[in-house]
Amino acid sequence: MTPLLLSHFTATSCLGRGLDPILRALRERRGGLAACTFDTVDVATCVGEVAGVDAVRLPQALAPFDCRNNRLALLGLEQDGFANAVRAAIAQYGAQRVAVILGTSTSGILQTELAYRRRDPASGALPPDYNYHTTHNTHSLAAFTRRYFGLRGPAATISSACSSSARVFGSARRMIAAGVIDAALVGGVDSLCLTTLYGFNSLELVSDEACRPFDSQRNGISIGEAAAFALLERAPPRPAPDAVLLLGTGESSDAYHMSSPHPDGLGARMAMQDALRMAGLQPADIGYINLHGTATPTNDAAEGKAVNAVFGRHTPCSSTKGATGHTLGAAGGLEAVICALALRHQFLPAGINTRELDPALHVDYLLEHCEQPLARAISNSFGFGGTNCSLIFGRAEPA
Amino acid sequence: MIPIALDACIEGIGLLGPGFSSWPHARPILEGKQPYQPQPTVLPTPALLPAAERRRSGAIVRLTLATGLEAVTAAGLDAATLPTVFASSGGDGETCHAICEMLASSDRRISPTRFHNSVHNAAAGYWSIATGAMAASSALSAHDASFGAGLLEAVIQAAVDGTRTLLLACDTRYPQPLHGARPMLDAFGIALVLAPQAGVRSLARISVALSAAGADTLDDPALERLRLGVPAARGLPLLRALSLSQDGPVVLDYLDDTRLAVTVAAC
Repeated sequence: MTPLLLSHFTATSCLGRGLDPILRALRERRGGLAACTFDTVDVATCVGEVAGVDAVRLPQALAPFDCRNNRLALLGLEQDGFANAVRAAIAQYGAQRVAVILGTSTSGILQTELAYRRRDPASGALPPDYNYHTTHNTHSLAAFTRRYFGLRGPAATISSACSSSARVFGSARRMIAAGVIDAALVGGVDSLCLTTLYGFNSLELVSDEACRPFDSQRNGISIGEAAAFALLERAPPRPAPDAVLLLGTGESSDAYHMSSPHPDGLGARMAMQDALRMAGLQPADIGYINLHGTATPTNDAAEGKAVNAVFGRHTPCSSTKGATGHTLGAAGGLEAVICALALRHQFLPAGINTRELDPALHVDYLLEHCEQPLARAISNSFGFGGTNCSLIFGRAEPA
Repeated sequence: MIPIALDACIEGIGLLGPGFSSWPHARPILEGKQPYQPQPTVLPTPALLPAAERRRSGAIVRLTLATGLEAVTAAGLDAATLPTVFASSGGDGETCHAICEMLASSDRRISPTRFHNSVHNAAAGYWSIATGAMAASSALSAHDASFGAGLLEAVIQAAVDGTRTLLLACDTRYPQPLHGARPMLDAFGIALVLAPQAGVRSLARISVALSAAGADTLDDPALERLRLGVPAARGLPLLRALSLSQDGPVVLDYLDDTRLAVTVAAC
């Protein structure tokens, strides 16, 4: 593929608002997970909750879109000057030439969960203030964002569980290559809700402590929430040396099981190999792997096998979910931003919470932070339904 | 840069909806040779799924598998080789309702199967399990614009990546009380096999562009109600043009301020 420029990017998670707190937390090996006190949830687990989401107010004209997911989206868009960068892109290209392609798994479903507690006792109807279209519907996120910027180009919300906001990069790549648009606002937002907390708990996939990816004693995920965005454009002939480029995308399906990965990570392997092929790179060209690394016994085992099959055991890798939690449909976007930060600032983030590496996983899992040159990184995102996506990012010029 | 022509050849069609049991059955109705008689959509049991998955499969899975298989069979292709684009306004409505009802009750222990069926891409996941398709599968929503968004994504994928792509555009109803908040006429699905180049099985070539023109409507009031009553049925004007083997432009609903102009031509 022709490399695309991530001209701007930002992320907001339990580590804080915008890039600076993420960068600091990663360098200091700090996490943002804490005991769950969300709503009325009685699951004994840790979550990565973003502080202050409830205080965010949507503009009056967009009030029907008000829900936790869109509040988090707005909070995220307004960090690091990202919204202004989008407006500059619109001024440069036109409102019809900038697409909005965002990922989410549960959108504003919390709004429906809360509305079901307020059903009319006689008729069973939902309360009159409930608005399905603008809150719960999967597309609420991209529709809100498109309206917020007054965009008039193509829009879609990708919802393929935990690969959602990785896949948006593939969709944007194709749309830019087709010449339908000049830029795409990509990324993802997922927010805490009862469906995922009780759902993953029912599958016995939720840890009772802060999650420990690739640990021999790992016992499940910690659910987080995040808003992560990037502006993708064609790269100029001479990008800045520290510019971050999208070099390849790889997508595959397990065709195996709805909620368990292929035991040998076959689909995951295909996604990584596809991304390498599209980027015209060899495994040895990759300096860091941001693992999907959810910390469930089966997910990490399958990914470990897949990474080993493609890269051998000497490519540094880590999961940053020990710090951020598993932000589900936002994870691909958030971890793309983490890879972009690692490339811009030249470091390899260590995984945290992991005490003893699982000796059965034959990969070079980083437990110590490394400040070192990094030219290219790959980010893995896998999800229910056996959906896999790998993204390769690179620095315009090696440091 | 030179924009790539956004076109693809249709090699297979699958259709299921109220009063439509297949594409061959629907064709004379859309041509206007037979009257449209709406009947509740009949969803076949997906024989392709293993017994355990078959039992768990909801309406959206049955609809997706039935329409997808019809299209792929008509195209004479092996489903295992095809990447897919799954477009749906909201995924599995029955599952969503059941989960929200339990979460509002005193016992929040929702079933694990219900939970994994609740993801928007569940039907796409079952499709890949049923057919053994390990290629890429995109799952998207654009509310009422879901058919347009799916068609655009699928045509672009075929044109840019030079690969055959199966579009699966399917919607099913929510039960009450969500049905009141998001009414939908009935289950309706369209599947299209799109190929980058013309071949022996090509039915027509379509090219797609964004447009400000108004969307085409259907003359029959019941068909027009269907078009407006289910997001996937916004693709009906395209199927009507295909049924008539009629060259020319068709304008499909897409986003509130943007439509898709689809030019149909013989291959």
